[in-house]
Amino acid sequence: MSIDEKTVRKVAKLARLALPEERVAPMAKELNGIMAWIEQLNEVDVEGVEPMTSAVEGLSLPMRDDVVNDGADPERVLKNAPKSEDGFFVVPKVVE
Amino acid sequence: MEKKQFSSVDLTEAFIAAIDKANPHLNAFVVTTPEKARAQAKASDEKRAAGKAGPLEGAPLGIKDLFCTEGVRTTACSGILGEFTPTYESTVSGQLFRDGAVMLGKLNMDEFAMGSSNETSHFGPVVSPWRRGNEDSKLTPGGSSGGSASAVAADLCLGATATDTGGSIRQPAAFTGTVGIKPTYGRCSRWGIVAFASSLDQAGPIAKTVEDSAILLQSMAGHDPKDSTSLTNALPDFRAATKRSIKGMKIGVPEEYRVDGMPAEIEALWQQGIEWAKAAGAEIVPISLKHTKYALPTYYIVAPAEASSNLARYDGMRYGARVAGRDLNSTYENTRASGFGAEVQRRILIGTYVLSAGYYDAYYLRAQKVRQRIAQDFRDAFERVDAILTPATPSAAFALGEKGDDPVAMYLNDIFTVTANLAGLPALALPAAVDANGLPLGLQVIGKALDEESVFAVSAELERAAGFRAKAAKWWV
Repeated sequence: MSIDEKTVRKVAKLARLALPEERVAPMAKELNGIMAWIEQLNEVDVEGVEPMTSAVEGLSLPMRDDVVNDGADPERVLKNAPKSEDGFFVVPKVVE
Repeated sequence: MEKKQFSSVDLTEAFIAAIDKANPHLNAFVVTTPEKARAQAKASDEKRAAGKAGPLEGAPLGIKDLFCTEGVRTTACSGILGEFTPTYESTVSGQLFRDGAVMLGKLNMDEFAMGSSNETSHFGPVVSPWRRGNEDSKLTPGGSSGGSASAVAADLCLGATATDTGGSIRQPAAFTGTVGIKPTYGRCSRWGIVAFASSLDQAGPIAKTVEDSAILLQSMAGHDPKDSTSLTNALPDFRAATKRSIKGMKIGVPEEYRVDGMPAEIEALWQQGIEWAKAAGAEIVPISLKHTKYALPTYYIVAPAEASSNLARYDGMRYGARVAGRDLNSTYENTRASGFGAEVQRRILIGTYVLSAGYYDAYYLRAQKVRQRIAQDFRDAFERVDAILTPATPSAAFALGEKGDDPVAMYLNDIFTVTANLAGLPALALPAAVDANGLPLGLQVIGKALDEESVFAVSAELERAAGFRAKAAKWWV
């Protein structure tokens, strides 16, 4: 499966990465180089193999008690915000 | 310090002076925190005088820039985090300070830990203290924990924190004549460590000796309710394990690690390691890990896929620099395009592609199945052996810029280390010899899940046998 320029534009859009037009063709070439190398995985017989979704076998995700154990600390939460006002993040308009 | 020959303040001042001299040449630290270090050292001296010294009391360390440190800029060496200054401390660095460690500063690394040469850092590459013979060309300390490895090798700290997603502790350790261990997945809490690929990321130390690495890991590891994948198993005494005999242990040697084009000196080093293990009374068992060659391609699906999800949070809204566009989406796109470096963008695109509709089964699901095959190879092997011995890297350190053009050639650096990440196993790299140019070469010991003790026992034995004493000349002084 080769990645064409249309796919590169689509994937960049999905990833929310502005890709200047002159970078589209070189990026397609770079990605194809990497994906061509990855294609060798098709040689492996994976019939009936369970996908490995966790690095540790039999790990159960523990639940914590449903109680408030943190929070009420807006100053710390907003400390690194590029823009904030009155205890809120200020973001660009989302709905017109 | 225990013998009162010097204080932590003395030691800390000596390291601060050494960093001031070396850092303009090595670029190992991206932030230095001399005032914090002096205050911690003073407090440590007082604690020691009061008979309350912790296991790391007064020991000056460097912290990789991937670990959030309260009040000290943390950027994962990416432009997108700007001047991000955490209001909290990562569990691992917090535990080191709990045990008395002193922080000298934040260490350089590949951007978001994506790289094997430290060349993708927003703050420029780290230079290794090592040089080829009498040449003065700049060599890589490896990556992604290049700052950690360079700082430890150049005596700019006693030890350092590092992280390993595909070999980022062990490859730099091997390139710089230092010791690095990636523990079993889940041993160290990932809380407060900037995420790259969550099912592979593990923290561990880079240190000067196997024993030092055991002492540091003891403080870094342990259950943390704030990381749901953190293991609840009790911690064994790692330092005690370094004193254990390996007589009668079975050590596996995988035939698949004899790769095409491997330099003869790596092959010879491996054979030497085998002889040292035999001389210590271990039995060598040939084993097969037949899916080894598929580990790197598997990694380059799983890791970018997880990274593309983890890095979705960098949208310029809550932290970092925002680059405005004509609407919300273009603000996201501009922010991310200007904040992320080329390699990070490449991996985000690969990850997004392999997770996108129509390709998920062909790439991501298949990679998860191949990952299972790789893990099964290890499970089968560990039915017959107690530990596995391999070379740590397929070559000695290369020069900065030498592998710039071909991402796949760069990825191949991690061919011997990446399997332990995919299978979640503990693995340690230690220096064992120097090549014809005088550069360090490392061996790797891989253990069963949760059996860091065998890894430490075998590694300490090899370390004693190797008697590695080479040091990089301090050419910057």
